[in-house]
Amino acid sequence: MSTLKETLWDPVAGFGVTFRTMFKKPVTERYPQEKRPTAPRFHGRHQLNRWPDGLEKCVGCELCAWACPADAIYVEGASNTEDERFSPGERYGRVYQINYLRCILCGLCIEACPTRALTMTNEYELADDNREDLIYEKSDLLAPLLPGMTEPPHEMLISDDHHDYYRGKSLPIVEADDATDSGEAR
Amino acid sequence: MTVTEPGSTEVTPVELVTLTIDDVEVSVPKGTLVIRAAELIGTEIPRFCDHPLLEPVGACRQCLVEVPDAGNGRGMPKPQASCTLEVAPGMVVNTQVTSPAADKAQRGNLEFLLANHPLDCPVCDKGGECPLQNQALSHGNGESRFIESKRLFAKPVNVSENVLLDRERCVLCQRCTRFSEEIAGDPFIALLERGAQQQIGIADGEPFHSYFSGNTIQICPVGALTSADYRFRSRPFDLVSVPSVAEHDACGAAIRIDHRRGKVMRRLAGDDPEVNEEWITDKDRFAFTWSTRDDRLRTPLVRDAESGELQPMSWPGALAVAARGLSGTQPGVLTGGRLTLEDAYAYAKFARAVLGTNDIDFRSRPVSDEETAFLAHHVAGAGRGVTYRDLDRAGTVVLAGLEPEDEAGTLFLRLRKAVKNGTRVVAVASHLTRGLRKLDAELVSAVPGREAEALAGLSLGDTDVVLAGERLGLAPGGLAAAVDLVGRAGARLAWVPRRAGDRGAVDAGCLPTLLPGGRPVAEAEARADLAAAWGVDQLPDTTGRDTVGIIAALAAGELTSAVIGGVELADLPDPAAARAALETAEFVVSLEVRAGDVAPYADVVLPVAPPVEKSGTFVNWEGRRRPFDTALEVSGSLPDVRVLAGIAEELGTPLGIRGVAAARRELDELGAWDGARAPFETARANPPAESGAVVLDTWKQLIDDGRLQDGADTYRLTARPARLKANAATLAAANVEPGGSARLSTERGAAEFIAEVADLPDGVVWVPANSEGVNVRSVLAAGPGDPVTLSDSREERA
Repeated sequence: MSTLKETLWDPVAGFGVTFRTMFKKPVTERYPQEKRPTAPRFHGRHQLNRWPDGLEKCVGCELCAWACPADAIYVEGASNTEDERFSPGERYGRVYQINYLRCILCGLCIEACPTRALTMTNEYELADDNREDLIYEKSDLLAPLLPGMTEPPHEMLISDDHHDYYRGKSLPIVEADDATDSGEAR
Repeated sequence: MTVTEPGSTEVTPVELVTLTIDDVEVSVPKGTLVIRAAELIGTEIPRFCDHPLLEPVGACRQCLVEVPDAGNGRGMPKPQASCTLEVAPGMVVNTQVTSPAADKAQRGNLEFLLANHPLDCPVCDKGGECPLQNQALSHGNGESRFIESKRLFAKPVNVSENVLLDRERCVLCQRCTRFSEEIAGDPFIALLERGAQQQIGIADGEPFHSYFSGNTIQICPVGALTSADYRFRSRPFDLVSVPSVAEHDACGAAIRIDHRRGKVMRRLAGDDPEVNEEWITDKDRFAFTWSTRDDRLRTPLVRDAESGELQPMSWPGALAVAARGLSGTQPGVLTGGRLTLEDAYAYAKFARAVLGTNDIDFRSRPVSDEETAFLAHHVAGAGRGVTYRDLDRAGTVVLAGLEPEDEAGTLFLRLRKAVKNGTRVVAVASHLTRGLRKLDAELVSAVPGREAEALAGLSLGDTDVVLAGERLGLAPGGLAAAVDLVGRAGARLAWVPRRAGDRGAVDAGCLPTLLPGGRPVAEAEARADLAAAWGVDQLPDTTGRDTVGIIAALAAGELTSAVIGGVELADLPDPAAARAALETAEFVVSLEVRAGDVAPYADVVLPVAPPVEKSGTFVNWEGRRRPFDTALEVSGSLPDVRVLAGIAEELGTPLGIRGVAAARRELDELGAWDGARAPFETARANPPAESGAVVLDTWKQLIDDGRLQDGADTYRLTARPARLKANAATLAAANVEPGGSARLSTERGAAEFIAEVADLPDGVVWVPANSEGVNVRSVLAAGPGDPVTLSDSREERA
């Protein structure tokens, strides 16, 4: 046995909410037409950073892989040689893969990184239609070359002592040749 | 081997000493160090330099403890290093657990050690399995007060091609130098300089070339010594560790295989106090890449009738072709010396029950009837005989036809330990090698081939041991003289073969005169016994042909087909003749891990699994079974037993065993032969006649051109140089100058070596058998005891 209130008032009351909302600003985001910036410290896709001369900061120590709770990171280290140098010091990461099918973007890896080689960007568009493309290789993760950076392998341009890189002491001493050229042209 | 010592299990009474550690009373044998007495009550005192198998040195000062009572009522005024402190009755020791003073001393010491230690754990190979890292966390201060700059060294330094030294990381514990001096006897690495500049190093131009150098990498408690091969390859937490057994010699050394994503990254010494303690040779450690070379066989190959080329084929197809080719032929079976016990048993059963022949031999090397008889009488199915531990107790160990450092590295280290404990080593050999010198061996000089005379001149006591190497079988009367020698004295005899599978193959019956378990072919009862167990009507009753006989019969057409597993033709007495024989054979089935030199003659090549990809058992020279499990599961990688079972099924006579476990079970059920053993004549054989020619002595060095060392390039760079050795008179007679180039030749070929003067008898030259690209057997078709011609190579060219 329904009361008079249930029969007449309740069905109309719901439309009251609808009516009120008509005068409010909509919360719906028009993604992907409009891309709103994330919070500045949002955990997005990883990035492998470079020293100001373009050498890689990653030393292939695998601490990120060790820290990863989802086992999403695979690293193989290798020796730098005099002819082929990718990072200051003895060791660099020859293979670096992050599997974004597994990654939960928790950020424990970037906390573990001893050289601040691994950080996270705000890029969140990590979807694809096949599994292979979601395993990001080192080439996908490396930070872009900024002005003054040279694509490794090359010798240490900042200082002959690799400790100076970590101390951040003498950056940047050597200017790349092309930078000098463009300066003259100006 | 046959002679067992009844009293070998007696327990000597030990004098116990009672002391108090951390308020706990504990009784330990007299002479125990406090650091180990503390372990017995469950207290681990931090340490770096202390190693149970090395002499105490007290170098790192990390194990400081407080001793309020040294056992005489008086306390020690300062904290003491517990690794050099022997227990005393009534002693009172307080470790870091109960004594704040000990704890403070340890923390302080660790801070000192870390003052100059670089913070490069992320790039250090030891990181994650590092005693310094672990103990800094468990017993160190969280903060460092050292703000000055750390001492820097150039790094890394190659102390040898294998071993890299990072002096910044070193805590000067001297484990490496003590190992090299005490255990390996190669003191090529030492402490240099003084004070803050004190460092480990080598002499100029004298690299750390030791057959055992890899052990220093493993015992280094920091990342100061690292492996050049393993450098930056992986991290401890990536690795899956599997215990296994080394496949390179007959010592059965325990190893640990560390693999990552289906690839073996490194091998480490296992810990087996009865066998290899914690040491292995560099060969066992670094030579593991051979099974993953490009020439690894992955699919069966069958020779195409039209093109004459080997073509890939499916397993069922290839097995059917092999069976069709073998049926109706007279086969001979050569198994090589590298099989596991189970695989060898499968070959033995396959030859007898399926092919119906006794023409099977595992020896891919020169053989003698005397050796065959010796193996049947003394070795086959005899179980465990002389053990490593017995060497410690032996008064004298006689080495005959055996160079332990090259041919049985683990045995060499145990002998060296025995020598330190007072055992005397007598070597019946052509000269005192570097290895024999390290054993303080007494040389009983013998011209190769005439060892019997030297052995006859010896006399032994009843605790003594004779170790007969593989080469003694080539000396006429050599094994007979050894048996006679131990028989006279009541001493004991052990046969030390070179290859991991040799002893197992003898037990499994891969010999023309022996069935599995040491059952003689000649005994009707043994044959009937085995036929019943195998469920076959009868077994072939004629004694088969040995390796030499099989090759000759193949060449003569008496045998028309061959089943060959893991044999290198270059090892056979006459490689050229063996090639010709296989060319003549109608049908050749080859079971191989990698395409070898049999493949060009094979009609069917069937790939089999290397030891790392299968389970099995090696029987070491003691007769000790050394089982191991599959380390890497690789689909389609089949053990020999499975492949042979496949051929047998296609032939219509199933083998009855299809896997390693079944083979092991069946072999265990069969047991050893308990009837009369085959006789062995110890009558004196005639020594070879003096021909006046130069006599060759040769054996394979530990690090050489062997196929099981392929791919281990840095390791092979540590090989000893190939030098021809002879005494000054012999060299002068041939007009060869020491240091000059000498030419060694036979009718078959010639090889050149750099000559060196050594204490060999007149008219004897020694060369390594397979080093620096010269395989003596292939080039000269000669082996130990054979006559060769020595000349100056310049003359030949002129």
